[in-house]
Amino acid sequence: MEGNTAINNPSTNPGDTPGALHKDPDVAIFGFWVFMMSDLIFFGVVFAIYITMIGATAGGPGPRELFDFGSLFAQTMLLLTSSLTVGIATVTMKHQRSQASFLFWVVLTLVLGLGFLVLELYDFSAMAAKGGVPQRSGYLSAFFGLVPLHGLHVTFGCLWMLVLIAQIWCVGMVDIIKLRFLRLALFWHFLDLIWIGIFSVVYFGGWIYG
Amino acid sequence: MSSADHFWLGKLNWDSIVFSSFLHNPSVSEAVASAAGSIVIFATLATLGLMTWYRVWGMLWSEWLTSTDHKKIGIMYIVFALVMLTRGLLEGMVMRAQQAAAPEGFLYADHFAQLFSTHGTIMVFFVAVPFLVGIINYVMPLQIGARDVAFPVLNQISLAVTVSSGLLMMISLVVGEFSTGGWSAYPPYTGADFSPGVGPDYWIWAIVFSGVGTTLTGINFTVTILKCRCPGMRPFRMPMFCWTALCSSILMIFALPPLSVAALMLGLDRYLDFHFFTNDLGGNMMNYANLFWLFGHPEVYLLVLPAYGVFSEVFSTFSAKRLYGYKSLVFATASIAVLSFTVWLHHFFTMGQSPTINIVFGIATMLIAVPTGVKVYDWMATMYRGRIRFTAPMIYAIGFLILFVVGGLTGVILANPTVDFQVHNTLFLVAHFHNVLIPGVLFGLLAGYNYWFPKAFGFRLNDKLGRLSAFLWIAGFMMTFLPLYGAGLLGMPRRSFSYMDLTFKPFMVVAFIGAMVILAALITIVVQLIVSVRNRNQNRVPVGDPWDGRSLEWSIPAPVPSYNFAQLPRVTERDAFTEAKEQGYAYQPPKVYRDIELPKNNSLGFILCVTSGVLMFALVWYMWWLALASALLILGAVIASSFRWESEQVISASEVQSDTERWLGLVKKSQAVDRDFENTPQNTGYAKLEH
Repeated sequence: MEGNTAINNPSTNPGDTPGALHKDPDVAIFGFWVFMMSDLIFFGVVFAIYITMIGATAGGPGPRELFDFGSLFAQTMLLLTSSLTVGIATVTMKHQRSQASFLFWVVLTLVLGLGFLVLELYDFSAMAAKGGVPQRSGYLSAFFGLVPLHGLHVTFGCLWMLVLIAQIWCVGMVDIIKLRFLRLALFWHFLDLIWIGIFSVVYFGGWIYG
Repeated sequence: MSSADHFWLGKLNWDSIVFSSFLHNPSVSEAVASAAGSIVIFATLATLGLMTWYRVWGMLWSEWLTSTDHKKIGIMYIVFALVMLTRGLLEGMVMRAQQAAAPEGFLYADHFAQLFSTHGTIMVFFVAVPFLVGIINYVMPLQIGARDVAFPVLNQISLAVTVSSGLLMMISLVVGEFSTGGWSAYPPYTGADFSPGVGPDYWIWAIVFSGVGTTLTGINFTVTILKCRCPGMRPFRMPMFCWTALCSSILMIFALPPLSVAALMLGLDRYLDFHFFTNDLGGNMMNYANLFWLFGHPEVYLLVLPAYGVFSEVFSTFSAKRLYGYKSLVFATASIAVLSFTVWLHHFFTMGQSPTINIVFGIATMLIAVPTGVKVYDWMATMYRGRIRFTAPMIYAIGFLILFVVGGLTGVILANPTVDFQVHNTLFLVAHFHNVLIPGVLFGLLAGYNYWFPKAFGFRLNDKLGRLSAFLWIAGFMMTFLPLYGAGLLGMPRRSFSYMDLTFKPFMVVAFIGAMVILAALITIVVQLIVSVRNRNQNRVPVGDPWDGRSLEWSIPAPVPSYNFAQLPRVTERDAFTEAKEQGYAYQPPKVYRDIELPKNNSLGFILCVTSGVLMFALVWYMWWLALASALLILGAVIASSFRWESEQVISASEVQSDTERWLGLVKKSQAVDRDFENTPQNTGYAKLEH
């Protein structure tokens, strides 16, 4: 793939070299940051709704009946570790270690992400068994509007990883793949931050004020 | 999800088709609905038939539908907006006729409610937004000296989902019914308990998908303006229009998510029996009101800021003067963008907050008048002692200046909570927001259409008809909406399909006549287009600068070549092209010609347009298998397109060279034209220096 020089030479404005515009990695990365800011507003608004709905349990089960902090601790550890492994993968890529070691860290991240999702689904089914379904109350609607939204993002991230692995299989670690992986890593760290928000606001906040 | 639904067809059956209601109940109201449905069907068939007859499908596919060129995408946005404008305007006519004919009337209450719901939804989301996005798409990359937007395929996708949601709105005319809950769709009324039909579902999906398109557009424009400017184009050298486009794009990024969240939560309430906004089990509709207006108010500025940008360009060009108070206009624009997030509560002063909170939001609202006032003075000062030409864009601009101040002042009146308690939910409010949206937004967009048309198509629009339509818009607007202030002060509620108090009647009759004038204005626009296309050979401006323009888009041929600039310009001043003309370095060939890489055509946008349209329709009608299939297709198409490795095509240096040399030869042959002959066949787009 062409564009190797562009990768090493991110600039704020494209020069008058023809075509430079579409290969400037800076543009792609910055664009992804802007997207994440928009997504952050999306999450922020849903967080706000959750906060206003704490207490709107309408006689149904609340946080104290439903939350399982053991499982939550495990989920948090899985997700935080996956952020570490995705970071190691980025460093591996930066120092141009072997493709195999890079793939190892990506696959490990994927496995940790999937593990998180399994535990989360297990949590949801345990909540449902105790009557904690979104149809029961405004509070539970807000809970199931927010936490699975993060879960959907993680699912999407896992799918992205799978596609990326397939693409590395096809063409190897070319520049465009590196650029895509950088954005995926950003996305993954972003989801980690959101999870920390969920853990503090949804679970702890719900426990304290619910 | 009741088990009574058909597996393949969901809730759909023969009675869902609009004509069947007419057959069951042949009334005038149903006849109007059926006529609207027939217009949609016949217009679609006629368009498809004509395209087949003239064999344009191949050209349409390769030149337009798969194009990633920001200019073509911009034009498609505007065509789409004009089609939707026609529908929205006709709906307005029917509503005016109903209220003028009241108390007898000819529409059922539900039909009237569908009309005001679709009218509002269409005018905001499918006319104003795509029109302004289209103009920004066309103009902004040219003004900042870029080859395209930052993400051309994403641009195509934004257009695709906007159009497919617009088509969904059109389908709602033929199949089923639309929401009766107004454009703001407040629950619990729009919840499953009170609106069990498919109406609100049409609204929800049209809003969610077009909202995604607009958010992506905002991201695309922001990155383009911040990252893709040509060398030397510092922020404070950008044309005013780019600043307004930037602020508007930032509003898109931050204001659309609350709307998407509100609509999706309403969807969860309706489809999966959640309780976000229901009356029972802890739901809280005030959350919806807050979310909706947290979007809704910035939206107003999202719409009007680019129009301010157009007016800034128009005032400066047609006064042949540098824009007065450029920096103050930039700061005013930015302040408006920030303040727009601090006033949303004024949309529901009467819904139970404490007076203290109402006062805070009332004062915040009044503050917006300050930067707007700064702008009005700047525009007037720009005209002062300028070489003013009363062309069509200028008529719109001056009409705007006067009428918008009236609209702004009634806004300040409404910002006072005590006054708002008296006139809220009356026609006074309807008059106010039409007074800001028509002279503010629509006049701006139509001025931009007249102003940049020659750049896009290479020939000028007929200015006489342009001016006529501008005058008709101004007169029609005043006759239609100024009486509504009066009726509103007398207490006539908005959205009334009928009334008993005949005091309102004269106001409604005048408003109806005004609506006819507006219809005449729209027809004039169509006539203007037809006449101008017929006479295009006398009105060609191949050199590209018909109005003695000041910014970079006028420095290149009209129509613009696919690569925009043979060589990216280097800017040293604000009003870069005026500077170039005055210093004598305009129309110079590049030192070296190089190959230019452009994004290749891509069919992803078209595929997503079709699949997202099918997905929305399937969701509205509970056809779960189809919804799943189209969702998987969308995912598959996106993933498949990420496996396209060659996304660029190359325009060879020799092609660029021959294009450019031919054009420069034309420049040499052309007669420089004086401003007095701007709208005569002598104007081939080569402006005479007048200093």
